[in-house]
This record gives sequence, structure tokens and C-alpha cells, in this order.
Amino acid sequence: MPILVPDINLRIIAPALIVTVTAIVVLLGELVTPAERKRWLGYLSIAGLVVAAFAAFSLWGANASGFSGMVVADNFGLFLTLTIALSAALSILLSIPFIHAHEIDQGEYYVLLLASVAGMIVMATATDLIVIFLGLELLSLPLYILAAFQREDTRSLEAGIKYFLLGAFSSAFFLYGIALVFGATGTTNLAKIAASLAQSAGSPMLSIGVGLLMVGFAFKVALVPFHWWTPDVYDGAPTTVTAFMSVAVKAAAFGAFFRTFQFALPALALDWRAVAAVLAVLTMTLGNVAALLQSNVKRMLAYSSIAHAGYILIALVAMSANGLSSALFYLLAYTVTNLGAFGAVIALSDGARERLEIKDFAGAAREHPLVALALTICLLSLAGFPPFAGFVGKFLIFGAAVETGWAWLAVIGVLNSLVSVYFYLRPVVQMYMSEPAEGWSGIRVAPLVALALLIAVISVIALGVFPAPAIALAAGGLIR
Amino acid sequence: MPIDYLPILVMVVVVVAFAAIALTLSSLTGPRHPTAAKLEPYESGMPPFGSARRRISIKYYLTAVLFILFDIEIIFFYPWAVLFRQLKLFGLVEMGVFVLILLIGYVYVWRKGGFNWD
Amino acid sequence: MLTVNHFILLSAILFCLGAVGVLIRRNPLVMFMSIELMLNAANLAFVAFSRYLNNLDGQIFVFLILTVAAAEVAVGLAIIVAMFRARENVDVDEVNELKG
Repeated sequence: MPILVPDINLRIIAPALIVTVTAIVVLLGELVTPAERKRWLGYLSIAGLVVAAFAAFSLWGANASGFSGMVVADNFGLFLTLTIALSAALSILLSIPFIHAHEIDQGEYYVLLLASVAGMIVMATATDLIVIFLGLELLSLPLYILAAFQREDTRSLEAGIKYFLLGAFSSAFFLYGIALVFGATGTTNLAKIAASLAQSAGSPMLSIGVGLLMVGFAFKVALVPFHWWTPDVYDGAPTTVTAFMSVAVKAAAFGAFFRTFQFALPALALDWRAVAAVLAVLTMTLGNVAALLQSNVKRMLAYSSIAHAGYILIALVAMSANGLSSALFYLLAYTVTNLGAFGAVIALSDGARERLEIKDFAGAAREHPLVALALTICLLSLAGFPPFAGFVGKFLIFGAAVETGWAWLAVIGVLNSLVSVYFYLRPVVQMYMSEPAEGWSGIRVAPLVALALLIAVISVIALGVFPAPAIALAAGGLIR
Repeated sequence: MPIDYLPILVMVVVVVAFAAIALTLSSLTGPRHPTAAKLEPYESGMPPFGSARRRISIKYYLTAVLFILFDIEIIFFYPWAVLFRQLKLFGLVEMGVFVLILLIGYVYVWRKGGFNWD
Repeated sequence: MLTVNHFILLSAILFCLGAVGVLIRRNPLVMFMSIELMLNAANLAFVAFSRYLNNLDGQIFVFLILTVAAAEVAVGLAIIVAMFRARENVDVDEVNELKG
């Protein structure tokens, strides 16, 4: 029997490959780098991410698939790849001073982060359920360790254990879903699944499989009612890790979510769109209401990230080309905005002592006017105020929903945005209206944190004021 | 169509009902006469001695995990070995890359002192 | 005569046992073993479908899943051991500093 060697096309997986090689080089570098030079491993990681981003950009429009149709380099995946690389690079900028202050500056931190990025890129560009699963695991396993990276801190360890148990639990659901879909359609390739379903009617087994897939995705992007791990994990994990996973995991998992449901399962759209619409309503509402009750900024941003997952899910329900591009734009906008918000929170911390209670922010505007302004801009963008990125993102998503006859869903989204204004403005009020709290003197913002914050805030404003180029790029980001 | 999911709903109801009935019935009707012999972990086995919760050195954990990690990679050698002749040079290069990556992991563990017992 | 249905039924039962185990047990090690049971239920389903559909892909997936499961074991146990060292207690009901 002749053996068919799969079409090895290294060019289309170049971004993931470059990130992987960088991770390996940093791992070896860790062995030979003296303790006081560990930050260079961070710079090396950023350089690798920049090269990977260039590789992704050079593939723009290539629309090539390879490895027997298991991976594709279409604009949708590349847009997500660029978003993920950007979020990772900004997170590393924030991390270099952070992990030094917390005495966890080991090269392994960057290795794990890069490995996770490689998994995300694989997940965003995979066109086969098994490859999506491998990407999912490759992104998750390093994040479990990163969540528990402050080994002396039981809160961090607790976050790691919870994230690990619930993450592995959800992966098992996802995997069983794949097995049932494989049994029902005889393939795990997304295009072949679509073709098979176009010819034959579904079966109960297929429905259960698709339901399990949805549960798996819902866990990863934190949709209600599969969200309960999120606040605890985001709260306990090191703040830079929280910042990274709150944005990058969403980009990768939503990418695979859209690809699987919109591209492979349009035949079952009647069923899953209704389920997704209900999940979106629950997620937005519960996320925003719970965020109202938080006194800790990290927990507030955790619930806010749940709410944002709900908004993005509206774009999936819309199931149109505009829905897809609006989701891409939203993920990019959310990435820079949320990283900006976390960056400002990190900038306001005092060495290893972090200010995470909202009341700790009292008077920050007087001591650190620029950081306070940056945090204000990011929170307003999260709330959806013009002229910031978050406004344009919400506008596009709600527009896509109205276009396809889901106006009621858009209305619920708008109402939720109004509720969210209240809790996003609470830290702002504290910073500008209250008397300064104790202990502000002598805090200096690390230059790298300031740089990351600057990049994030400029992006938030640029995407809000001149959204056209990014929208055009996202609109070209259709699934092949 | 929602009606298509009726069998699933029926199955869920039946499964839950069965579990609930079985647990309730056995706890209501079953006689309970615990004796010393019945409460032993292995009723008809050897009498247990010592504590089952004896601590094994935590160092053993690292050795065991490293063993599992490197051991499981063997699984990929089986299909490769079967097809080695047909895959020709391609197979050799692919396996070389695979082993190289494993080797880097090995060097890392070694240099970090993962193989030292003390 | 054993058909594919028997294997799928067995795998579904194993999967449900694992899922229930995760939900009702409180020791992370036992919860983790239950998760492994769920993964292996999926493996069984893959192999059964692979045989039934005459499609070898399913058996290859099992290799990949086994490797992923081994990596998961290493990571999960490492975190649990680190927790144990820090607190001398791993009961998840007592791991509850994070609330809200």
C-alpha cells in the first residue's frame, strides 16, 4: 500500500512555527542566562513575536491550506494571529518589570507564554476538529502553569488548580463532542463535515456532539452558565497573566468557535443560533450585573470580560459576513482596551504590593495624571463610549445583529452597555473625585509598562477615531 | 427542529429517575448490620497493617512524571517503525526533528537538576 | 454479537461516570482521575467509530489524545503537589480564598 505523505507546507504555519522556535530558544537561553539578565529573554520573546507577526502579514491574502486540509492561512486566521501576537507582545512588556518585582523572573515564564501563543495560533488557523483540540490543549496547559506561577502565594496556586480542573473538564467535553461528530459524519474536517451535513439529515448523536462542542467552547470563552471559574482564576493569577488570558484566549477560542459553527455547521444553524442567542443574553446580563457588585478591580474586569464574551457571541448569532468581520474588529479593540486597563492597574502598583481594591485608587489622578487618564480612556472604551475603539466594535456587532433580524438581541446588548457604564466609571470617580489615599509617594511607573500603556491607549483612540483601515482589514478577513 | 431533541430529553429524564430511584430504594430497604469484618477495606483479603496513608517521598513524583512524559512519546515510534521503509528520507527527517525537540527537553531537565535525587 | 452500539454505549457510560465523579468528589486527585476517565471514554468512542466507519483517522487521534493526556497529568500533578507543599491540604472545599 503506498503511503500518502501529507502536503507539508511550512509557509502557512510559519507564524506558529516561529513562535515555537522562539520558545525553544528562550528555554535553552534560560539555562545559560545569569539571574540579573533574565529580562533579555523577555526582549527575545518580543522579537520572536514581531517576526511571527511579519510572517502572518506576508501571508495576507494567500488563502492557502495545507497538511491535508487541516490548517489554513486565510485572512480570518491571520487577523486573529496578528491580534494574538500583539496581545502577547504587550503582555510581555507589562510582565518584564512585574515578574521582577514579584521575584518570579524566570525564563520559563516567557517559554510558557510563547507556547500558549503557538497553541492559540494553531487553534485560530485550524480547519480540523482534532487540530483545534490540539491547539486548545497547547494554549491551555501553559496557562494553567502561568496562573499558578507565584508558587509562594496560595491564591495563585488555588487559581492554577481551579483553572486546571475546570479547563481539563471542559476539554474532555469538547473531545467527546468531537468523537460523536466524527461518528455521525465520518470526518473531523470542517469542510467535509459541512459537505456531509448538506446531504444527510442530522441524528441525535450529532446533536449531542454539537452540544458538547458548544459546552467546550463556552467554558473556554467563559459564557454563562460555564463561567464560574473565571472570577476566581482571574483574581488569583498573577495580574499580567490575567491580562494576557483575558484577551488572547478569547481571540483564539472565538476564532475556532466561529469557524466550527458558522463554517462547518450551517446545516444545524436553526438549533444552535437559538441556543447561542440565549447564552449571549445570559452572559451579557449576568456578567454586567455581577461586575456591579465587585469591589476588587481584577474581579470587576473578570466579570466585564464575561460580559464582553456575550457581546461577541451576538456576532456569531448574526451568522453573516458582517457579523464575522465585526467580531474580528471587536476582538482587536477589546484586546488593546483590556490590556490598557490592566496595564494601568499594574502601573499604579507599588513594587510587589498591588492596588486592586477600587477604593485604593482614590486620588490617583493627582499623583499620576497620565496613568489615570489612560485608565479612564480604557474604561470608557470598555463601556462603549465614542470616540474609542469599544464604541466602534459594539456599533458594528449590534449593526450586524439588526441586519440579520436579531434586533431584540442588539437592544439587550445596548441596555447591558448602559448598565456597564456604572461600574466602569466607579474607579474613574475614585481617581478624580476622592482625596488621595496613603502611600502614593515614591511610586515610579516602570518604563516598559509606560510603553505598553502608551501603545494600548494610542490603539484605543486610533481604532475609535480612524476605524476604517482596521474595519477594511477585518472585512477582508472572511473564512476561506 | 426542537421536536427532534425529544429522545434526548426522554433519555435524560429516564437516567435521572433511574439513579434517584435506585439510590432511594436501596437506602430505604437495605438492611444495615455493620460488623468489624464488614468495615474492613478488603473483607476477605489480608488483614491490613500499617497506615495506607504512608508518605512516599515527594521527590519520587518528579521522577515518575518525567518517566511518563518521555515514555508516552514512544507511542509515536510504533507507526513510524512500521512504515519506516516506505517513508524513506522524509520519515527519517521528521523523526529527527521530533527526537531533537525531545532532546532539548531532556537537556533542560538535566541542566535544571531534574534527575538529581538529592 | 457486539456491534458499534455496544461500544458507544459503554463509552457514554464511562464518560458520564467521569463527569459525575468530577462533580461530586472533592479531592483534586480523584477529580483528575475522573477527567482521565472521560478522556479515555472519548478514546474508546474514537476507536469504535474508526472500526465501524473503516476510517483509520480515529485510531491516530487516540495517539494524540494519549499524549495530550500525559502532558495534562504532568501539569496537573505539578500544580497539585505545589499546592500540597504550600498548604499540606488539597481538599477543594478548603481551597477557597478566592470568593465573590
